[in-house]
Amino acid sequence: MATATTTYREALREALREALSADDRVFLMGEDVGKYGGSFGVSLGLVEEFGPERVRDTPLSESAFVGTGIGAAIAGMRPVVEVMTVNFSLLALDQILNNAATLRHMSGGQLSVPVVIRMTTGAGRQLAAQHSHSLEGWYAHIPGIRVLAPATLEDARGMLAPALADPDPVVIFEHGSLYNVSGELAPVEGPLDVASAAVRRSGDDVTLLTYGGSLPKVLSAADLLAGEGISAEVVDLRSLRPLDDATIMASVARTHRAVVVDEGWRTGSLAAEVSARITEQAFYELDAPVGRVCSAEVPIPYARHLEEAALPQAEGVAAAAREAVGHRG
Amino acid sequence: MDETEARTAVEEAITRVVPGADLTGLEPDAPFRDALELDSLDFLSFVETLSERTGLRIDEEDYPRLTALRDATEFLVARA
Amino acid sequence: MPSLGADMEAGTLQEWLVAPGDTVTRGDVIAVVETDKSAVEVECFESGTVGRLLVAPGTRVPVGAPLALIEAAGRETAARDRAAAPVEQPAAPRPRKAGQEAAPVPQPPVVHAEAGPLVRHLADERGVDLTAVHGSGPGGRITRADVEGTAHEGGRRPRATPYARRLAAELRVDLGTVRGTGRDGAVRGTDVRKAAHLRAGPAPAAAETAAPSAPARAPLPVPGRAGAAEPAAAAMRRAIGDLMSRANREIPHYYLATTIDMSAALAWLRARNRELPVGERMLPAALLLKAVATAAVEVPGLNGFWQDGGFVPGRGVHLGFVVSLRNGGLAAPVVRDADSLAPARLMTRLKDLVERARRGRLRGTEITGGTLTVSSLGDQGVEAVYGVIYPPQVALVGFGAVLERPWADHGMIGVRPVVTATLSADHRASDGAVGARFLNAVDRLLQKPENL
Repeated sequence: MATATTTYREALREALREALSADDRVFLMGEDVGKYGGSFGVSLGLVEEFGPERVRDTPLSESAFVGTGIGAAIAGMRPVVEVMTVNFSLLALDQILNNAATLRHMSGGQLSVPVVIRMTTGAGRQLAAQHSHSLEGWYAHIPGIRVLAPATLEDARGMLAPALADPDPVVIFEHGSLYNVSGELAPVEGPLDVASAAVRRSGDDVTLLTYGGSLPKVLSAADLLAGEGISAEVVDLRSLRPLDDATIMASVARTHRAVVVDEGWRTGSLAAEVSARITEQAFYELDAPVGRVCSAEVPIPYARHLEEAALPQAEGVAAAAREAVGHRG
Repeated sequence: MDETEARTAVEEAITRVVPGADLTGLEPDAPFRDALELDSLDFLSFVETLSERTGLRIDEEDYPRLTALRDATEFLVARA
Repeated sequence: MPSLGADMEAGTLQEWLVAPGDTVTRGDVIAVVETDKSAVEVECFESGTVGRLLVAPGTRVPVGAPLALIEAAGRETAARDRAAAPVEQPAAPRPRKAGQEAAPVPQPPVVHAEAGPLVRHLADERGVDLTAVHGSGPGGRITRADVEGTAHEGGRRPRATPYARRLAAELRVDLGTVRGTGRDGAVRGTDVRKAAHLRAGPAPAAAETAAPSAPARAPLPVPGRAGAAEPAAAAMRRAIGDLMSRANREIPHYYLATTIDMSAALAWLRARNRELPVGERMLPAALLLKAVATAAVEVPGLNGFWQDGGFVPGRGVHLGFVVSLRNGGLAAPVVRDADSLAPARLMTRLKDLVERARRGRLRGTEITGGTLTVSSLGDQGVEAVYGVIYPPQVALVGFGAVLERPWADHGMIGVRPVVTATLSADHRASDGAVGARFLNAVDRLLQKPENL
């Protein structure tokens, strides 16, 4: 079948449309998801198609509507809850951490919480310090939930269905800089595997590990490096919890060098976790210290040049890769 | 010493030198020194063990009669 | 983990023979270690109480790694950092804590510690001040390793990446000799590969195949276990292969052979053995070894080591004797001071060593320090053996089977038992004339067995 040109936003919408059509228990709720079409336009047109019962606008109270979604999931529904940004999700963190992630455990397995919570993450759009942070690592810290980060059109289109099929809570992070990314998307064939990382580009000299909105930057960095004769392998983590250790270690075992690129702050970051696992599991493969490229440890600035300086960029990733590869002897 | 006792003594002496040696596959007339790869030191140990077990004096001139299971057994029976 | 041979990189601790709290005396056997070649009993070099065992059975650790802590009575704290490792020839220097020398309890001064000529020679060459070296040998004797450790960047651990260390172990490259191109001179994987290629000379492919990179999705080898997972027989094959390849690559061998009339020796043996119970009888091998040891004293130049571009004579004649193991592979236990042992004593030593070699119960000090090696394949019925020298030794003596052959003597032909003695020798250390004198001496000595 032919591929079609689409955007990351449209791919997400198509996935929602498919889910709403396929299963009566599925409904979408969140701030402005109905009449406004979603803060980032993901659900544009869905309320007209499926009605206000299944595409529900909520009050500006993350704790309330995420909690409602959790309750609905326990009661047998398959809610998809949209949170405008990960910064705001902190208001619902109590619901996510203390209820969604724990109830199966605390009920001795009697309760399932099959809720899917989507949220926008990341910087790069001059939305300043209260709308721009990357807190995926915080969620990846929590046992009891699955954390996914679609970085490609295919994953934007394909991750929702397996997330809904999961009997436990799933948090999906959509990076704000990706919504307008467009490209060719092949028709969906079968359910997508959301448990493994993916090698997005093969290489021999260094493994660049990243996810979500940093993937395009890391691929650009790999292009830069290729021009200098350094062959970089790019691994897209895709699943931030659980991490696919096997794919990570297999790549490091071939290249013997690793750089983790993470838009979160360096301290206590997901990058720190990946780096620690590499030293735990592939220490004797390492020919250089594991490198990390993370955001500057400041609230994300508003000014464009400062924001750009605070975030991982292709040139910085390339520099870290050069450092790991070292002098070509 | 009857034949069974003698045969047992020979087999035990071999097993002591080559622990775990498989004697079931040995032909009675096949030279076990070759089959079990006994070198001269091993063979000396074998003779030493045999002599200790049976209390028999075994001279160097007797060594050629101790190369196969049947010969060695017959030698012990004849000597005892 | 002691070095139990020049080629040994690591050993697997098989069994502890002591437990924490046990009192041990220097020379006690405290553990069994499995090398690529055989199981070896490891002796303790300090007296005291066993503190903590640092290595669990089944663990493979590199040479030089501490195995256990020995606490000397009354100075536990000073001894806490002192690891028990036999030191006859530890290959890797153990980093010494400053506090150790400064222990408050008076210790015999080490500045006048004994050092053999070999060690003095080595210290001279490396420019090491012996008075500044802490002797780790028995009685504070300074060993080769002490000197090498001091010479080697003051005993500092080479700076290398984990991958480089692993590769170096796999490719048997000495990290201390590799120039690092990483940050601050760190040795990296490429540096080790390069060093292995240089060493391998025109066959770099061999080094490559020794460390295949894992395919992309292959299961990751468990770090540090690669060696241990290898079947013992294969590991031994590889160890022998590596050592013999090195010998053939580095040593310009020359070969001599002579046929020796054994009738006098055998007649003497027969007469002697006739009077003795089986347990005290002697084999021709004992006479052959004794003749070799005596000849090695008479004709210097073949007994010793080739080290750093020069011949270093051995202190005493310590004869290695090649023993083939039943499941394949070799061991070469050493008969120390073979020249001063009577043949009967030599025979007893030989029996004991060979028997324990086959049971995997040799001690570390019994397989190291050989100055000359003898290989005898006579029991297999072959006439002559042209061996490969065991580095860093400079000669190997081979004996074939004692066979009856026609023999001309004073114009008459008769049948005599004869043996072919061969010499493989290092042409850097000696010339054919020396080798010829040596084989002639062996021949002459065997004609008067009663004098051996």
